[in-house]
Amino acid sequence: MNAVDSAHLGARPRTALPTTQQRSDGFAIAGRIAIYATLIAFALFFLAPLVVMLVTSLKPADEIRSGTFLALPVAPTLEAWSKAWTSACVGVNCIGVAPFYLNTFLITVPATVLSTLIGAINGYALTQVEFRGSRFIYGLLMLGCFTPYQGVMIPVARTLGFLDLAGSLSGLVLIHTIYGVCFTTMFFRNYFLDVPKELTRAARVDGAGFFQIFFAIMLPMSLPIMVVTVIWQFTSIWNDFLFGVAFTTGENAPIMVALNNIVNSSTGEREYNVDMAAALLAALPTIVIYVLAGKYFIRGLMAGSVKG
Amino acid sequence: MATLAIRNVTKNYGDLEVLRGINIDADDGEFLVLLGPSGCGKSTLLNAIAGLEAISGGDILIDGSIVTGLEPRERDIAMVFQSYALYPTMSVRKNIEFGMRVRGVPPGERRAAVEKVAQTLQLSSLLDRKPSQLSGGQRQRVAMGRALVREPKVFLFDEPLSNLDAKLRIEMRAEIKRLHQNLETTIVYVTHDQIEAMTLATKVVVMRGGVVQQVGRPQDIYDRPANLYVAGFIGSPPMNFIPADLTVEGERIQARIARNGAAPVAIDVGPITADRAVLAGREVILGVRPEALTEAGEAVRPGKVAIDATIEILEPTGADTFAVISLGGAAVTARCHPRAFHSRGPARFELDTASVLIFDPGSERRID
Ligand SMILES: Nc1ncnc2c1ncn2[C@@H]1O[C@H](COP(=O)(O)OP(=O)(O)O)[C@@H](O)[C@H]1O
Ligand SMILES: [Mg+2]
Repeated sequence: MNAVDSAHLGARPRTALPTTQQRSDGFAIAGRIAIYATLIAFALFFLAPLVVMLVTSLKPADEIRSGTFLALPVAPTLEAWSKAWTSACVGVNCIGVAPFYLNTFLITVPATVLSTLIGAINGYALTQVEFRGSRFIYGLLMLGCFTPYQGVMIPVARTLGFLDLAGSLSGLVLIHTIYGVCFTTMFFRNYFLDVPKELTRAARVDGAGFFQIFFAIMLPMSLPIMVVTVIWQFTSIWNDFLFGVAFTTGENAPIMVALNNIVNSSTGEREYNVDMAAALLAALPTIVIYVLAGKYFIRGLMAGSVKG
Repeated sequence: MATLAIRNVTKNYGDLEVLRGINIDADDGEFLVLLGPSGCGKSTLLNAIAGLEAISGGDILIDGSIVTGLEPRERDIAMVFQSYALYPTMSVRKNIEFGMRVRGVPPGERRAAVEKVAQTLQLSSLLDRKPSQLSGGQRQRVAMGRALVREPKVFLFDEPLSNLDAKLRIEMRAEIKRLHQNLETTIVYVTHDQIEAMTLATKVVVMRGGVVQQVGRPQDIYDRPANLYVAGFIGSPPMNFIPADLTVEGERIQARIARNGAAPVAIDVGPITADRAVLAGREVILGVRPEALTEAGEAVRPGKVAIDATIEILEPTGADTFAVISLGGAAVTARCHPRAFHSRGPARFELDTASVLIFDPGSERRID
């Protein structure tokens, strides 16, 4: 704003300047204050629930009963966190969220890696290799992106039963991989669309085959979109509830299902502090991922648009 | 080192015929240039030779054996692409040695080969850089290096200089010519730039709309273009096309260029031939290179015809001055000595009759 103003004014006689300049500076400062005020207000608005959760999770049970939910803890304690981790009752088993945490990692990590890798291969094949029906196949895959979870529950259940994977972690890895491939393929395809065909041609002349080209050239090039895809897949698989609740039972449940069971299984008095600690624990990995890789996430999302 | 033969090659994209029965032969060590305007099918043909693009009909032979169905890696070729197509995540060294790695060449040998090529192309100090850290000219060199390190049977170049600025283009052109003279490997080189074709080629293939118009040595194509298209495409400024009437005068053929308010110019174009006799009494198009029309001296020399005309435009270029006059209803360019004329106005020119070509306006072919 200032730069534009002064550049603009520079063309006019100097003597006429002061009043105009002061006024526009005043406006600029007022505008800036308004912008910051609005941003801070929105930030507070969105952060408030998180603050309440954090505050509540640090309070002992009697403080929750006596005080308001916004009051800061008088005697902060990590008791609720440790209970949530090791001994909160998930249904009838009072074993905390720890084992379910492990489950979810065992589901999320392989499913994220597999779906990202398959999506990358698909995107590469759909853009760089000319074959009949490639558009049709891409169309079918896109259909998968728009198919709601609920619509495929019964076929998935039957398939898992048929494969003898019902109720197992591998079963969930399989579903999440298949369901995720639609999205990961879309990401990689749109990214690889901008890669000139001459690149793969040069590699073919150099003697490289389909997978050599993929691993040596395409995959390393795709780092920005890979970060986006991994974050996307990790978050949506980690946060999944529906597939988890439908296709696992008891000790194989993923974290979101366990969290739900903790909240619902407290008999007698509700332990809000434990519930909040468990919820924060459940959200922690996705938060960490965003903090660590968020920069690349934005950059990856922008990459296509800037190039195109 | 190898010969290359292209036999009746056709290529269709659906209903679009991009190559229509191409026939070309290149000797061992030939520098074959595919020349034509954008969209005429040059790259398609080059990709077909490389095996990157399947052809719809015909055969391609390298060193006498049919390679039509083979993958690029089975053809023993190397290629330089218009966009250079450097692998963006690899260093210059990795780019150059990628092909050798794929083929499992041991590291020591790879290193030696890379060093040698880097030396030839002055890339030694750039080996650890990424393509994004190079200038356009340096990228072009790396692309060349990647091809040179192979020592293949045939090199394929697709407009390798078109993305360079004018000065660098001329330097690299000379560099490529020197490389060919040293390596003596067969090269197929695609360009739309007729100067590149003239300077580099041992054999030029002029293409238009997926059809070969003429194949020949650069000088032959320049002196004896097969048709009006080739005549107009090669040469700068282009050949003059002047309408004229052919008549038989005894044993010889004469061309008459009509002139506004003056006697027609009569040019003796040689003895009667069967093909030219057919055109007698009809209108034809004379092809006259600008250098065949120059300022006249004191007396008209033998083999020349004097033409009096008014200079409409003078274009000094330093080495020559081009004078544009009106002749037979066409604007005709004469290539003159830089100090021959200083202003527009009436002047006398002389035309070298032996270099006048005759084209049939119907078939557009050169008639001898
Ligand atoms: N994959 C393709 N599908 C359809 N038409 C194509 C394809 N590739 C090239 N063409 C067409 O073939 C013609 C020749 O292209 P090309 O060989 O690239 O020309 P040049 O290299 O001489 O400029 C052009 O008209 C182009 O539009
Ligand atoms: Mg081309």
